[in-house]
Amino acid sequence: MSIAAPELMKTPLNAAHRARNAKMVDFGGWDMPVQYPAGIIAEHEAVRTKAGLFDVSHMGEIRVKGPGALALVEHLTPNAVSKLAIGQVHYTAFLYENGTFVDDLLVYREGEQEFLLVVNAGNSDKDFAWVQQHAPAYDCSVVNESPATGQIALQGPLSVSILQPLTKTPLDPIGYYFFTHGEVAGFKCLISRTGYTGEDGFELYCAAADTEAIWTAVMAAGKPRGLLPAGLGCRNTLRLECKMALYGHEIDDSIHALEAGLGWIVKLDKGDFIGREALLAAKAVPAPRKLVGFKTLEKRDIARDHMPVVQDGKQIGFVTSAAPSPTCGLNLGLAYVPTELAKTGGRIQIEIRGRAADAEIIPTPFYKRTK
Amino acid sequence: MFPADLKYTKDHEWLKPAGDGTALVGITQYAQDALGDVVFVDLPEAGDAFTQGDEFGTVESVKTVSELNMPSAGEVLEVNAALADHPEAVNEDPYGKGWMVKIKLTGPLADLLDAKAYEALVSSESH
Repeated sequence: MSIAAPELMKTPLNAAHRARNAKMVDFGGWDMPVQYPAGIIAEHEAVRTKAGLFDVSHMGEIRVKGPGALALVEHLTPNAVSKLAIGQVHYTAFLYENGTFVDDLLVYREGEQEFLLVVNAGNSDKDFAWVQQHAPAYDCSVVNESPATGQIALQGPLSVSILQPLTKTPLDPIGYYFFTHGEVAGFKCLISRTGYTGEDGFELYCAAADTEAIWTAVMAAGKPRGLLPAGLGCRNTLRLECKMALYGHEIDDSIHALEAGLGWIVKLDKGDFIGREALLAAKAVPAPRKLVGFKTLEKRDIARDHMPVVQDGKQIGFVTSAAPSPTCGLNLGLAYVPTELAKTGGRIQIEIRGRAADAEIIPTPFYKRTK
Repeated sequence: MFPADLKYTKDHEWLKPAGDGTALVGITQYAQDALGDVVFVDLPEAGDAFTQGDEFGTVESVKTVSELNMPSAGEVLEVNAALADHPEAVNEDPYGKGWMVKIKLTGPLADLLDAKAYEALVSSESH
């Protein structure tokens, strides 16, 4: 007898990825492209110097609407939702009472009383249940729009010039972390100037059924300019160079928002929210550990996710994410280390296949685009 | 994709006997494709001796790392020094410029697959 593996979920672009000979992997239950034939390094460099196109339709979308919507989102997230203008986006999180992470997310303010919450694919069901669980005390509707929604991300310095011919919406006036509604290639989209790569770019939310037509139109428009389809492999190296958190790595239900270096999304003075008491208490005492960036000193020492940070043969911390950096040409990583060691220029050791490899703590983000 | 004059392991290394008691060793087309962009190859030193199946190095790609295992008992005569500056040769030419070590065979060639058997193994793994 054999038990069949559970069927992987597919985005509306699954067939398009396979037609382009993408290498597909199981990503949190989704059948996703990790790379296309160009490879991770070429895709990474395309995003840094030209543009790359990502399928991020696996992300979850939850719409909260009604007279109590603002109060609910304020209660569920630590950032100051009331300060968001209509048409503005911010990065924030769902926290547990103890200040650790349910997930991280983007909040889009669609109207005075309407918000779109964009959450991680692998946490989508948990997040929707979390919002529903807290919603009854508030006068608003909560709808999971994930199955009906496609999302593609055009990222890189040529994004504006590639996308502009496909839409009547003027793109230049859309500020970073702002959005508008318009049409791309004749299909309705939410056009958001956001991303997870550290480059300029747009995330386009559309009806699931329109995703492939938009993808095809953007690819055709960008191909003469060097646009490449880009997979999850380079998405990870791109976000790592910019020290953007990934759930299950830098943040999870055992790490609180302040030690993750995300104090900037925690507005303790905004009024009550879930996790506030714990973070107030955490702020009152010195943090025992801190997230730092490091480079290994030898070319052969390439740290990887979840390796131990060691001192005198004992584990004192752990690597959250690490990889050879295509842009910086260094073996980079992020790690939680005791606060007393978390100083730029300080030395730590990473245990790589049984060997203690020397690493130096260096400033983050490792990469920042020149505007 | 799998040259007939090579011998293969189930772990995706190849061995090319030169006929004079020496052989070249590398990884297969299938292995380099699974790894993706190779960025570093950690190799032993000339004179190091291994028995069949021993780990003799590692190959690192952007996304992962894989052990290299000896297809046969042997003593390292030479390593491919060009890989230090051009690890991408493993992706571009896995059976040629991407070779990893040259060994003196110190045991019989046993339990290796011919091209046909290796191809069958690979097609069963990728489906």
